[in-house]
Amino acid sequence: MNFTNFGRYILLLKSVFRKPEKLKIYLKEIAKQMDYVGVGSLGLIAIISTFIGAVMTLQIAFQLVSDFIPKTIIGSVNRDSSILELSPTISAIVLAGKIGSAISSEIGSMRVTEQIDALEIMGINAPGYLILPKIISGITMVPMLVIISMFLSITGGYLGGSLSGAVTPAEYMQGITTDFNPYTITVALVKAFVFGFIITSVPAYEGFYVRGGALEVSQASTRAVVISCISILVCDYLVTQLLL
Amino acid sequence: MIEVKDIYKSFSGNEVLKGISGKFEEGVTNLIIGGSGSGKTTLLKCMVGLHQPDSGSVLYDGRDFTPMTYEQRIEVRKEIGMLFQGSALFDSMTVQDNIMFPLNMFTDQTRKEKIERVNFCLERVNLAGKNDLFPAELSGGMKKRVGIARAISMNPKYLFCDEPNSGLDPKTSIVIDELIQELTEEFKTTTIVVTHDMNSVMGIGDYILFLHEGKKFWEGSNKEIAHTDIKELNDFVFASRFMKAAKDKF
Repeated sequence: MNFTNFGRYILLLKSVFRKPEKLKIYLKEIAKQMDYVGVGSLGLIAIISTFIGAVMTLQIAFQLVSDFIPKTIIGSVNRDSSILELSPTISAIVLAGKIGSAISSEIGSMRVTEQIDALEIMGINAPGYLILPKIISGITMVPMLVIISMFLSITGGYLGGSLSGAVTPAEYMQGITTDFNPYTITVALVKAFVFGFIITSVPAYEGFYVRGGALEVSQASTRAVVISCISILVCDYLVTQLLL
Repeated sequence: MIEVKDIYKSFSGNEVLKGISGKFEEGVTNLIIGGSGSGKTTLLKCMVGLHQPDSGSVLYDGRDFTPMTYEQRIEVRKEIGMLFQGSALFDSMTVQDNIMFPLNMFTDQTRKEKIERVNFCLERVNLAGKNDLFPAELSGGMKKRVGIARAISMNPKYLFCDEPNSGLDPKTSIVIDELIQELTEEFKTTTIVVTHDMNSVMGIGDYILFLHEGKKFWEGSNKEIAHTDIKELNDFVFASRFMKAAKDKF
């Protein structure tokens, strides 16, 4: 059964990447989706990243009780954790909930109200028109959101450390600027790219093949978020193992 | 003209269409009628390619649609207009954008030309000036009429209507029926209407194909339908007390 679904998912993706009927209309749709996925999620990502960074600083400080460990380590650990794991993965899971459910519901509703059939009858490649702009917006905007998330998470760590007194601003700044490996950014962006693809394509698949009515649309939406989250975590492990 | 030849279709072993054949001429209103579950919508979906028949063929002016590649089907579909049961208007677009959508996709017309075409289609369905409304702001009858306007925006050779009267009051149903018939005669389209509305059958049924349990039981015109001795057809057509009473006057 799962192999059937995976096969259908691959076939759907094949249809998605057919030549667009009219590039101008697709570009307009891509811009709309980028605004929704990117700008529309900015506030949520900003709040989550800042607080996660602040909490991380407090927790690292709580665990590093030894006098033999310099407090600058707090900044270093926070920086690497934020860049490598927290920003890409937490952002992706949050976005899977926000964007994934919206994509699945939107396409699912279009399916049950015959709007997708209407596109097909007009001679329009429905998977291409509906899903391609969403995938392109996902693979471009999620990495951008992750970059912003990294910055805000590290900034949140600075604020949390300073306000609580867990680490001084000078120690924290020294920590985040010591032994920085730029390759970690590459790893994070590869993850963000993969996650952006999952967040948009998996819910689109779930919505596209909905049969039934409102209940089935909501079930597909739930399934889309669950499968996206699991896929994100599996791919997180695979990309980490491959690249580090 | 559209011709279907020996169409079979089953879902999970359940045979829905059992060898349906028929010819639908242009410039006349062709109806496919039958009770719920008789296979009429499945036949319509097989004809437009939303379902692939298990066997049989669908000929659009001699062009066999069933074995066509995706690209070949796209070319035929550009000649098809379809009115869906629930209208299937795009929720996020205004009436104007809905009607303009196929024009945007497949023509190189200027915006002015496209708006002129939209206004023509809206006038034709008596909805002039409703360009900026969203589907959510329209009544059921208005949605159907916008659906018809969208279906005719590309000057289709073939017009399909899936239960155009469902959910409409009798007066609005007649308006929709008359509109479909007028457009068919005016643009010489090959029009196929799937319905179980007896007003439509008696009003606009130039050619009627009656399906029962996935089989073709009868074909003829609305003038002939009252004079058959096929039990299944009579049970369907004269199911209501009103129709039974009216039968004697036919």
